[in-house]
Amino acid sequence: MAGCTSRCQQGVLKLIQSVQRLLSGTLSKDKTDEELEMTTVCHRPEGLDQLEAQTNFSKQELQILYRGFKNECPSGVVNEETFKHIYAQFFPHGGKYWPASALFMCWEQASQVFLVFWAADASMYAHYLFNAFDTSNNGSIKFKDFVVGLSILLRGTLREKLEWTFHLYDINRDGYINREEMTEIVKAIYDMMGKYTYPALKGDVPQQHVDIFFQKMDKNKDGVVTLEEFVLACQEDETMMRSMQLFENVM
Amino acid sequence: MAAGVATWLPFARAAAVGWLPLAKKTMPKPPIDNSSRSDEILYVNVSGVRFQTWKNTLDRYPDTLLGSSEKEFFYNEDTQEYFFDRDPEMFRHILNFYRTGKLHYPRHECIQAFDEELAFYGIVPEIIGDCCMEEYRDRKKENQERLAEDTEANEAMDAPLPPHSTPRERLWRAFENPHTSTMALVFYYVTGFFIAVSVIANVVETVPCRPPKGSVKDLPCGEKYQLAFFCMDTACVLIFTFEYLMRLFAAPSRCKFMRSVMSVIDVVAIMPYYIGLVMPENEDVSGAFVTLRVFRVFRIFKFSRHSQGLRILGYTLKSCASELGFLLFSLTMAIIIFATVMFYAEKGTKGSTFTSIPASFWYTIVTMTTLGYGDMVPNTIAGKIFGSICSLSGVLVIALPVPVIVSNFSRIYHQNQRADKMRAQQKVRLARIRMAKKGTTNAFLQYKEDRALGDRDSGSGALCVKNKSTFEHQHHHLLHCLEKTTNHEFTDELNYSELCITESVGFRTSRSTSLSSQQGAPNHSTGCCPRRVRRRAAMRLANSTVSVSRGSVQELDTLHTKSTHLPPQTRSSLNAQVDLKLNCGEQDFSAAIISIPTPPANTPDDSLPPSPAVIPTGILRTTRATAYTSDTIKISSL
Repeated sequence: MAGCTSRCQQGVLKLIQSVQRLLSGTLSKDKTDEELEMTTVCHRPEGLDQLEAQTNFSKQELQILYRGFKNECPSGVVNEETFKHIYAQFFPHGGKYWPASALFMCWEQASQVFLVFWAADASMYAHYLFNAFDTSNNGSIKFKDFVVGLSILLRGTLREKLEWTFHLYDINRDGYINREEMTEIVKAIYDMMGKYTYPALKGDVPQQHVDIFFQKMDKNKDGVVTLEEFVLACQEDETMMRSMQLFENVM
Repeated sequence: MAAGVATWLPFARAAAVGWLPLAKKTMPKPPIDNSSRSDEILYVNVSGVRFQTWKNTLDRYPDTLLGSSEKEFFYNEDTQEYFFDRDPEMFRHILNFYRTGKLHYPRHECIQAFDEELAFYGIVPEIIGDCCMEEYRDRKKENQERLAEDTEANEAMDAPLPPHSTPRERLWRAFENPHTSTMALVFYYVTGFFIAVSVIANVVETVPCRPPKGSVKDLPCGEKYQLAFFCMDTACVLIFTFEYLMRLFAAPSRCKFMRSVMSVIDVVAIMPYYIGLVMPENEDVSGAFVTLRVFRVFRIFKFSRHSQGLRILGYTLKSCASELGFLLFSLTMAIIIFATVMFYAEKGTKGSTFTSIPASFWYTIVTMTTLGYGDMVPNTIAGKIFGSICSLSGVLVIALPVPVIVSNFSRIYHQNQRADKMRAQQKVRLARIRMAKKGTTNAFLQYKEDRALGDRDSGSGALCVKNKSTFEHQHHHLLHCLEKTTNHEFTDELNYSELCITESVGFRTSRSTSLSSQQGAPNHSTGCCPRRVRRRAAMRLANSTVSVSRGSVQELDTLHTKSTHLPPQTRSSLNAQVDLKLNCGEQDFSAAIISIPTPPANTPDDSLPPSPAVIPTGILRTTRATAYTSDTIKISSL
């Protein structure tokens, strides 16, 4: 009832306004003036020297990285939607978008590193990836986050890389990887394959994958994998160590 | 702070000497100026065009790219300059902004390109100078409107039906877009026909017909053939009522639907009939009843659902409402003024037709619109003078708002034309996009074959670089990594559907023993189905001479053909009647050329034991579906 009266009042008000406008002959005002948005927040990264000190990249490499970053995101930050969009373009069936020709190299090279770890739709995986990069948890990746993450993945020590992967898998950041988190990650990876795979993806394949993972990693069989168990198990896995070395010079 | 202010700062600071005699406390220490006194010239190379400017110029706006340390990311040590890979023409304007403090918008540039450049250089568009601000805003608004309309039109019109739609949703969609289904189209034309019939009947029933025998007066046809007209009217109203009720039922939001213009017109069109039914045959109310029959003519507005031109006209009038309102108001003012003047001018005349001011209204309107019926004419000289002034001013007052309305109509009409054209081109665009998508997948599958080839032949990882960029190589490596991670391989739509068929078919045949295809293991054919092996070998022999060209078509079996310009040659079927109910989801067996390459595909994962015969585990998989031609025959080998 209250809604009705308020709507009636608004209607009457609008009628009076239109009659007044009619009488005074003012033409319709620009209603969309307020809608012209201000440009989004523009973020500037720290100086080149500081970034060089904080990461293992040289100045030239940072320059190259920044140029690409700035091209995709002139505002200086990547939000999750843009990130998902960019990431989805690499996977032919896994996304709604088709690959664009103007992708800069670094994203794709970095993505390769993620996949070597063992371990519809690329958007779920992109979401987890985004959270792993967004260390400050404010919903956007600045250039500094981006470059620090890349530095760990491409130039970090083995231990740092494994820790980074552990944080990627540990969705709720509680220090343990449990079965549900691992299942989510594995399902997200399988989603990236898309529908058209050979052999066709059956429903229980991700679960089996998770079981194998836990069998390997969970030493004390307590149902969760801690950082130490993870690092230990990975170091024992020779296949993985070998694959890791392939990605030494991704950039 | 603006540029000018920064320049005057030293002056203001120097003038602070004037405060010294009055100061109560000692002055604070000045900030230490570390920067070098002399200014330096910076070189900025934008896509080859070299600009030079003072460093101070750029420092005026420290919150932009060029004014902050962000430009160091673009510094090239070797050439000692800042290199930007952007448009040099636009950069001119950007640099002028630094120099003069005013940002100008170049009229010949695309608004979006300009916006992107501004975003890149970190400049907020709001500081565009007043001279160019209006133009900028207008262009931007126009652009936004156009883009919004286009996306709306695209989404609204040909959005494919969601797979699980209730009958109600389907009905609504059929009503809104009649061209989607035949039934809807039929209904659309039927209602259109009945609207026309109803309107014509309304018109004809007033035409005088020959009087029936025994009467002198001419009777309108409506009364002569009363029953016939009544039946026709009933039929039309029934159809309209049925349509209205269906629409009401199907509408996603009934309240909103009932308030919309079209539904109001519908109601107004059918109400008189029902009111006439329930009204008693009473002399008093029959007058009102006759009036109501007038509303039947509103049925003609129902045509606006069928005609886009009418809709455009209606929309134009709606959007020019304020201009029309102003026209009306000014006309009313003029009418009242002139009517009063004419009345008092003609007051004394004997037998004057200007009996009162409202009576003079009629004269004024007829004169101002230059109709001039001549039923009321001024006789006095004063009356004639004022009458002529009236007619002259009438022309002016009416002519003023007309161009506004015309331009609005033209704009809306052209928008509609554009929307229609875009919709027509959309199909072509989508087809091309789909082809590009397939091309990428095919490129990746091609890459896998090449790699396998390279592996087999040379044994080392030397890839034959076939006109592929580094980017493509790395991209394919990425996809390959994903395959290795999940232990599944990418295929394309075609092979996937084939595999589904073979899997389901193999499932049904009792002959195939250890169909590892069921478990999803990569090797379909190791040893389980001798027939298959033989078939494949036969295929390979037959195809050994066939080059891996995209034009070759080999066909073993046709399960489903869409277009048959190639007659089926060999027929070898395990199961003629294959139940095509696959669990692969709905597959549209679109046709494509399958060319079977001669060399076998790469061997699967290393974990598999080496099979005795080099059976290409993915011979189905490696058939490259070239989507460049679209009308061929779908093949499935059994």
